[in-house]
Amino acid sequence: MMLRSYYESTARARIAGLLDADSFHEWLPAAERMTSPHLATLEQPAAFDDGVVIGQGDIAGKQIFVAAQEGGFMGGAVGEVHGAKIVGVLERAARDHPAAVLLLLETGGVRLQEANAGLIAVSEVMRAILSARAAGVPVIVAIGGQYGCFGGMGIAARCASAIIMSEEGRLGLSGPEVIETARGVEEYDSRDRALVWRTVGGKHRYLLGECDVIVPDSIEAFQQAVIKCIDNGDDWSLESLEQEHQLLNDRLLRFGECKDGRDIWRKLGWTDSDAIAMMDNDEFVAAAQGHSAKQTAQAN
Amino acid sequence: MAIENLKYRFDGGKLTKGATAVVGVLGSGNLEVLVEPAKLDGACEIDVSTSARGFGNIWQAVMKDFFARHHAGDIRISVNDAGATPAIVSLRLDQAIESYKGKHR
Repeated sequence: MMLRSYYESTARARIAGLLDADSFHEWLPAAERMTSPHLATLEQPAAFDDGVVIGQGDIAGKQIFVAAQEGGFMGGAVGEVHGAKIVGVLERAARDHPAAVLLLLETGGVRLQEANAGLIAVSEVMRAILSARAAGVPVIVAIGGQYGCFGGMGIAARCASAIIMSEEGRLGLSGPEVIETARGVEEYDSRDRALVWRTVGGKHRYLLGECDVIVPDSIEAFQQAVIKCIDNGDDWSLESLEQEHQLLNDRLLRFGECKDGRDIWRKLGWTDSDAIAMMDNDEFVAAAQGHSAKQTAQAN
Repeated sequence: MAIENLKYRFDGGKLTKGATAVVGVLGSGNLEVLVEPAKLDGACEIDVSTSARGFGNIWQAVMKDFFARHHAGDIRISVNDAGATPAIVSLRLDQAIESYKGKHR
């Protein structure tokens, strides 16, 4: 069977590939023309779906709700309508209790053309993720597209129950170009791809414990990981939250002085930190046993 | 940066059955195409919204070729374009009509 690249797929192709055949029902499809009023005012082209595809469907026979951002339209940036569609999915999930909400995130963050509306939308997404989880619905994030997941949506992703990434996926707050623009090329060279992936890439996020599952770049691999995450459910207890806070504290103490992902990896016990980049997914996951921030913190 | 809106209508097509379909992405050098059924007495109506101004005659030629290839009637096509080349537009239109007719998924 030929594996399909998640990285190279559009939002619609990802949904079609991840969900059970013919099970997807789209809400506010393109024909509804729920486009951005702000882009129209600025006389900029507006996509029929405002860059996010939402709806319900099945994965391995279980009903889920899904929102998939299209990175190809304005870098997946969150405008007012775009954000409201994601919020609507999450609020409906809190009401209707599907087996999970799946967020296929690919975004640079807030759409600058809709500045304040976009910022509010992102904060509403965060609140809605927590509301869905509080209602007992796991929220599962997948990150593996060309544009990564940055800005406020990077924070939103970390509000979810679980994050699945590929090595190619990137997760962060300020994107590489933003850091370079604000702090200078000496601080961060956004064209140094190895540095970028050592800082925000899937493997680094996995070792830091921010990404729960790392998969090879195929829709099939993401699908299997999603099924596993749905089965795992959501640990939303006070104990688990306190543990998470302890991990974050611990992480800052241990790695706060590190200048590069490599420095962190060495502290995690990787003797040949440069080898990490060359490992395939299975090798990496096996080698990461006992060498991630979570596991070494528990061992301390 | 202003958008240019273009409208085309071709009469005498044959009834083309299908279900609403959208293909492509509104990204740089690309376009999205929405095909919907419409009672138009065999005509094909096309609305184009493009960020590249001043290429109306080229759009006209590309759409005329498209209609000559498919003779697709009773459909409405809506295009959002971000500067796709004529070849890309032609391929997307073909993909869109195939998707509409349900040959491709």
